[in-house]
This record gives sequence, structure tokens and C-alpha cells, in this order.
Amino acid sequence: MPSSALQSPAVQVRGVTRDFGSGDAVARALRGVDLDIPHGELLMLVGPSGCGKTTLVSIIAGTLQPTGGDVQVFGEDLVSMSPAARVRFRRANVGFIFQSFNLLPALTAVENAAVPLIIAGWSRARALPAAAALLDRLGLGSRLTNLPSELSGGQQQRVAIARALVHEPRLLICDEPTSALDAENGRITMELISGLAVRPDRVVIVVTHDQRVYPYADRIATMEDGQIVSIEARRRGEIGAPSHDT
Amino acid sequence: MIWIAWKMLIGNRAKYLGIVFGVAFAALLIAQQSSIFCGLMALTVSQILDVEGAGIWVMDPKVKYVDDVKPMADTHLYRVRGVPGVDWAVRLYKGIARARLEGGSYEQVILLGLDDATFIGAPLNMIEGSIDDLRAPDAVIMDIVGYRKLWPDEPFKRGRIIEMNDRRAVIVGLAKARKTFQSFPVVYTRYSQAVRFAPPERKVLSFVLAEPAPGVAAAELAGRISGQTGLQALSRDDFLAKTIRYYLLNTGIPINFGITVGLGFLVGTAIAGQTFYLFIVENLRQFGALKAMGTGNGTILLMVLAQALHVGFVGLGVGVGLAALFGWGTRSFSKLSFYMPWQVLVITGVAVFLIVLLASLLSIRRVFIVDPAIVFRG
Repeated sequence: MPSSALQSPAVQVRGVTRDFGSGDAVARALRGVDLDIPHGELLMLVGPSGCGKTTLVSIIAGTLQPTGGDVQVFGEDLVSMSPAARVRFRRANVGFIFQSFNLLPALTAVENAAVPLIIAGWSRARALPAAAALLDRLGLGSRLTNLPSELSGGQQQRVAIARALVHEPRLLICDEPTSALDAENGRITMELISGLAVRPDRVVIVVTHDQRVYPYADRIATMEDGQIVSIEARRRGEIGAPSHDT
Repeated sequence: MIWIAWKMLIGNRAKYLGIVFGVAFAALLIAQQSSIFCGLMALTVSQILDVEGAGIWVMDPKVKYVDDVKPMADTHLYRVRGVPGVDWAVRLYKGIARARLEGGSYEQVILLGLDDATFIGAPLNMIEGSIDDLRAPDAVIMDIVGYRKLWPDEPFKRGRIIEMNDRRAVIVGLAKARKTFQSFPVVYTRYSQAVRFAPPERKVLSFVLAEPAPGVAAAELAGRISGQTGLQALSRDDFLAKTIRYYLLNTGIPINFGITVGLGFLVGTAIAGQTFYLFIVENLRQFGALKAMGTGNGTILLMVLAQALHVGFVGLGVGVGLAALFGWGTRSFSKLSFYMPWQVLVITGVAVFLIVLLASLLSIRRVFIVDPAIVFRG
């Protein structure tokens, strides 16, 4: 990627609103959100349940359309994009780590990790070794053929990390990646995410309630009632909850 | 992606077996009932099939099927023989006679009178005795199933006497014949003998069996015979079709079997459809994850269709296999007709294909409308 492209924000969100329902029953989940995320940043989205964090990352990831506003990710306008183009965009650019892992229970660890490559059209013969190599780096080299049900929560989350990174996405969305894990596994997970995922050409967005992971953030955006109420820049390793200054 | 769909399917063992059971049950019902239906239809034409060697059947113009015998004058035999292109033509008597057994009881039998000189229409498979034994006075040959029906658990006794029309008939042999629709015993004798066993009538000729000369097509010659004699002449295949068509149109058999086959289809669709639907609903989150990761709806459709086709093929194999096993297991049970031609497999296959197509169509909409953002909900 040319260095000029890295100068402009990787993610630009302008005046984004999102309503659910219609008529009198309409619920406004996002109320005009503005957000820029530069390349190479690990941004954490924090805030109380129902404040719109997940809705915002869903829109940035291209899995949900906003009701209003503009969303540009790596220079591509997600709002005007056709549904098929958004599918292609996600396939090429987005990796996901979910709170509940969302591994396919019938697939082994290595097969789960290889899914994004298979979706991208790789043959199994190419995809499985690539996934196996990444799992090996994540310390799961001996558990390649285990089903998710045979793995601990921490191991499952590492498989999910491998699945999220195996196709080298530029945008990594992590939704409560540590909330289902104990403290040690949560720490390992964040070490892996910050160690493997954060790169100059990549953006990592972590939605979390878990204050223990704040030290891994470059910035922490706090949301309340469908709006970003504060963005705090941090030095990685800095301890403490974000202040609420905008 | 197809192997992912396949692993998702068989990974949920209980659901997988449930769907396969539904499809297999439907396939079993459809194949088994269709085979019994075909078996019954084969019974209706068994006596046409048993007459080997004659390509053309000539009969009264009003005859509707093989058992609808309308006697003709014997002179019609010579009129048929006079038609150009006829290689040979012989008489055949076919009727129902009342046989009096040794103990004084009466049984109805199908009486077939074969041409005295040639025995055209005689059974090909003799179990006891020889067809030439029919040349003896009062001689008759009975089919083995009929013999066992009249004298169960008794060995064959050559020279056993029955009476028909107050005339003695001596059983000189046993033959293997196809089961008949009426399930009466079949008694073979000479034509000249048969007309004495039958109740007296002015006309007694049931059919003329004819064979085209070499190079003459049976259908063409049949048309020529009809044109010249005013009789109804049909090729063997046409007579088979006419008889089956009569039973299809004039009896409740196809409706009864059609209802069972239809119920099998509906029950199979309901079981397979519901189980497949539940399987899809349970996997919505997984499909949502795949969609979030960039799987398009077209690929999702292919995955669901692949899953449906997989259970369709397995269910079809199991169901048709069980139906065939049923037919094989009951082959010695003479009262049951079971005939599974390749057409039954095709019909069952098409029905199963429709079942899995309907089952997947019921489910696919849920997958199409599932929001990939579902994966963010904990």
C-alpha cells in the first residue's frame, strides 16, 4: 500500500444513524456517529450495554447498512456499495473474532481456521496447510484435528483468532473477545491480537466491557446512547479506565 | 464450500439421521407400493405374457381386455390364415370352468385350450410331466401354485381326477405359470378337450394366435387382419397395453395405490421438510457467520441444496433398498405381487428429488434473510 494511502484514515464514519423498527416503535441505535480510525491503530469501543457499539462495528464491517450517514473503509464507500460488492469486500478485507467464537462445531480446528480461505476460493489442499501453520504459531499445533467441543474456551478463541487472520484482512473486528474467557486466557488472547494483528496497514477494532484489556488500546472510544461521548488516546500498556472527555 | 456443507450436515448426527429417515420412509412407501401396483398390473397380463411365440392376438372387436372373452365362430381361424403376411395362425380357448374335486367341493379354474397340433401357448416350464402328455385322453396340466392351492401340503399325484362339466379330467403334469389376477388355478388342455370341459355354447373360439411371416411387422399385419376380417387384431405389446389401460381406467386400483403413494410423498415431505427446516434453523448462526465472512447467498443456496441432495440420495438408497428387500423377502409368498421395474426407481427418484427440493426451499428463505450481524449477538 502506498504511504500516501496510509496517511488518510482507514475508517471514516460521518453522521451515521441507524434505526430499528418503524413508526412509533422505532428505536434509534446510533444518533449521528463521527469517527476516524487511522491505519495501524487498535481502537477499543467501550460503553454500557445497548449503547450502540455492536451496531457501529456491524456497519463498519459491512454486515449492516446505516439508516443515514457515510461510511468509508479503506477508501471504499460501504453505503453506496451493492450487497454483492459488500460481500466481496468483507471476504477480502474483514476478519471477525466473536464473543461466542462462532466456530463451526462439525469442523476441526484447522478446518475452522481455513474457512475464510475456502470462502476466498482456495482449494482445501492449499488452505489447510496455511491454516495449520498459523494455528501452530498460536500454540495449537497439536490440536489441529480436534473439534471445537474438544477444546477449552481459550483454545477455541485462538482458533477463532487464526480464522480471523488467516486471509490477512486489513480490518479486524473483535466483539467482546475476552468476555467468555478467564483472566489468563483473556490476557493471552489480547497479547495474540495485539501481537499478530496490529500492523501499519491494518485496523483493529475491539468492542469490550473488559477493563483488563484497556492497556492494549491505542485509543478508547466511549459510547453512550448511540453516540461517541469521548475518545481517549493512550500509550499501549497504560492502565486505567478511559475518562469521558470528548 | 460443499465439503463444509457436508460436514455441517453429518456433524449433527441425530438431525442427519432424522432427515434421512424421513426421506427413506417416503422412498420405501413410494417404491414398495408402486412395485406392488406394478405387480398387480403384471398379473392382469400374465396370461398374455405366458403365451410365447405368437406376435398377434386376434379377437372379437368388442373385447376390452384379456379376461373379457367374447367367443367367435371357429371359421374366423381360416379367415385369419387367409390374410397375406400371416405365417401361421392357431386357436386358443380361454374361459372359466368349475372343477369338481375328489371330495365333492367345487373350485373355479382358468381353462386354456391349446391348439391340438402345435400346443402354441403351452407353458414353457414343466415341473412334473411333459407337455406331450396332453395328448393322452382327458389329460390336463395344472399350474403348480393352483395345485398347491387345491391340495395344500400334498405331493403331486399323477393321474389325479377332477371333473369339469361332468367330464373327467386327469392331471398329468405340473407347470410353472405366472400368477393370475383372479388367482384361480390354471388348467391347460387341448383345444378339442377344452370345449368339452366348457359349458356348451354355439361359439367357443376365444382367440386366434397368429405370427407374421418373416419381414412383416406385427403392428402392420395386425392392421391388415383387422381390415380384412373385421376382427380386432393386436400385436402382443398392444394387447398388453390395452389390458393394463382397461384396469387403470376401470378399477379403483390406481386410485388406491395412488393415495398410498401420495401419502408416502406427503409424510416424507413433512418429516424431511420439518427436520431439515429445524436443522437449518439450528445452524442459522453458523450460516450467519459464513455470510459475515463473505459467503454470498448463491454459495449458501448451493450448500443447502448439496445438503438436501445428499440426504436425498442416501434416503433414496435406503428406502429403495428396503423396498427391494421387502420384495425379496416375500418372493415365496404367492398371494403378494411385487414387481420393481426400473421405472419404479425413476419415479421414486423423482419423488425424492421433489421432497428434498421442497424441504430445502422451505428452509432456504430463513438462511437468505438471516442478518450476518446475527453473529454479534452473544
